[in-house]
Amino acid sequence: MASLVLVPFLLVIVLNLVNTAAIRRAAVAVGIGWSLIQLAWLLFPQTRLSGLDSSIFGIDFSSFFALDGLSLVLLISVGLVGLVTLITCLATVPDEKARFSFVNLVLLTMAGLNGLVMVRDLFSLYVYIEVVAVASFILISLDRDKLALEGAFKYLVLSASASMLMLLSISAILLICGSTSFDTVHSVLEQVPQKGLVASAMVLFVVAAFIKGGLVPFHGWLPDAYSSAPLSVSVLLSGIITKTAGVYTAMRIVTSVFGFTPMIQSLLLFIGTVSIIFGALAALNQKDFRRMLAYSSISQMGYIIVALGCGTVYGMAGALFHLFNHAVSKSQLFVNAAAVEQETGSRDMTKLGGLASRMPVTSGTSVVALLSIAGIPPLAGFWSKLVIIIALWQSGHHNYALIAVAASTITLGYFLLLQRRMFFGKTPSELSGIKEARAGLLVPALLLSAIAIALGIAFPAAINWFVKLPTGIMNMVVH
Amino acid sequence: MNGAQLHLLWTAGVFVLMLLFIGFYCILVSRNLIRILIGLEVLAKAITLAIVAAGYVTKNTALSQSLAITVIIVEVFVIAIAAGLVINIYRKHDSLSTDNLENLKG
Amino acid sequence: MTWSLDVVLLLVLAVTALWAVMATRLIYAALGLALASIVLAIVMFRMGSPYAAVFELSVCAGLITAIFISVISLAKHETVAEIESRMKRRWKKYAPLPFAAAILGIVLTLVAKHPRSLPQPLAEGDVRKVFWHMRQADLLGQILMVLVGAFGIVVLFKSWRKK
Repeated sequence: MASLVLVPFLLVIVLNLVNTAAIRRAAVAVGIGWSLIQLAWLLFPQTRLSGLDSSIFGIDFSSFFALDGLSLVLLISVGLVGLVTLITCLATVPDEKARFSFVNLVLLTMAGLNGLVMVRDLFSLYVYIEVVAVASFILISLDRDKLALEGAFKYLVLSASASMLMLLSISAILLICGSTSFDTVHSVLEQVPQKGLVASAMVLFVVAAFIKGGLVPFHGWLPDAYSSAPLSVSVLLSGIITKTAGVYTAMRIVTSVFGFTPMIQSLLLFIGTVSIIFGALAALNQKDFRRMLAYSSISQMGYIIVALGCGTVYGMAGALFHLFNHAVSKSQLFVNAAAVEQETGSRDMTKLGGLASRMPVTSGTSVVALLSIAGIPPLAGFWSKLVIIIALWQSGHHNYALIAVAASTITLGYFLLLQRRMFFGKTPSELSGIKEARAGLLVPALLLSAIAIALGIAFPAAINWFVKLPTGIMNMVVH
Repeated sequence: MNGAQLHLLWTAGVFVLMLLFIGFYCILVSRNLIRILIGLEVLAKAITLAIVAAGYVTKNTALSQSLAITVIIVEVFVIAIAAGLVINIYRKHDSLSTDNLENLKG
Repeated sequence: MTWSLDVVLLLVLAVTALWAVMATRLIYAALGLALASIVLAIVMFRMGSPYAAVFELSVCAGLITAIFISVISLAKHETVAEIESRMKRRWKKYAPLPFAAAILGIVLTLVAKHPRSLPQPLAEGDVRKVFWHMRQADLLGQILMVLVGAFGIVVLFKSWRKK
């Protein structure tokens, strides 16, 4: 499926070769069209083009990109979040020149993300992570707003530091294994005793992935970047970029390369749990809506990492399901946050109230997303959290399961209070004149809510699908 | 691998870690945006040294050089964008101090 | 013995990197970085990596130094008094660095253990072949990076003429 990387790359080139105003205006449509095609190719394999698939300029890329269950979930998430981001930019990026740069950067980011989740080599993973990272620095700075530049700079310094650690790990692996491809490294590491240099290299790589994913204690850049980025960019950033660069990387190297050694497992479980607790508690303290969502994201990433740390098929299924649900619902919350910010001019939650009467669609969809993340049946988020907690319990980590349940209860209580105050309380006088957001921000919200509801109602089929996915990828299962 | 090569590898390894220490120290302690970028560049040097040394000792210079070249190219873009951010921050605040980057709180 | 020359080169590398970090004036820091790149290129050349050495010279000692110098020149120039007051404050922060680095180096040298064996080399020995034929996914990634960088320039640098 190298075409998932090659096609958006070619689209960007074509969009820029022919530089007329009409093409610039059509760029958004091209971007949206591509996201739809990506989703179609993944969900309905019959629609794929056979000849175009992987060769360009005579180079055959198919040996470098491979599609398995883990990649599939991420690719669908990329397509979905990309689609949503591009639709929202119609409402949030009015300037045509900025919008053209935005669409091109999003297409390049999607190409990079697609490549990231399909490569089979540690070093290529690094290259695509960097492509996506640099694109996200630029996207965050799109408006050249003071706070955005600050957020982008902090993110850059931390991301580059993490890349250095990743490369250090890769050079050690190069020393030990003589190659950087997943299969070679995996087979060599199985035979080598796991201490000293080998163990340090593995820990370094996982820690680098944690920094990129914004897990505690490496989360410093995340709330700043999420809250200061332009409205549509925070959708993309929170919806898929951080997940892929951080959580997917951790998943991939633990399942396909390093294996579930006890040391890595404890690292995953520990950092995951700390992130769950810290994110949930820190979110309680926030006044800024987007900053609160950022801390909530840290908490949910913790759930995914903890589920990964279980080391069982069921844990992996829960992790993937939760990852997808979070991509759906957190993107949607950021879309809603954009709508609220645009219409009310404020991000301060203490100043908002009774929005349900003025902004019914935004409020309704927000309620769906908040409930899904908090974990209320019958929404999808409840089922993925349940799978994670059961997987933790079954694999013997009873303490972690209890902590997960406790944190979930805290989040639940907070979100219920929050939505009651923001949407169903009294409307302050300054806000009496506001209207519902524009279609560009409503259509994605409705789409994402529909997915959250549908997956929740169809949970037996959904859980089944997610459980079947990991059986191909998990080479070393401890329990 | 003969003894001299292994010895060189571990010497290079020591220097890699020293350079990493210098780079991270610079990033943590510095109050000037451009100096933070210099710290990042020192880190990049350390990594380039590590990759090349690893390749030299395993006699796999073809792969290690390809990787090192790619890292150098990628780092150029990261530093270029970082420089762009620094210039924009300078124009907004008229200063290169990191004190201006304390506005996002919570 | 030849390997002692390498150790000397590595020491020079560490010293120039220290100078780059500790130099008071940014221009000297950029210069230190360029010198470090040159020394690193020599080390790489001696380690059988001529292609990478050439890249390091042209890109790091050349292009990146140029980027640093242009960024530094765009920032305001300090007066001599400002520089002197800054020097005193900085000294406390940066003075421990060379000693800490040296101590770290000595500790690591004493602690390091040699591995018993390392893997056999692969058959393919030509850099050009590996780079262009075996790492094509990386190449595609680098091309994507170039495009991203182009838009970065548009977003970050354009429209200053309007001001």
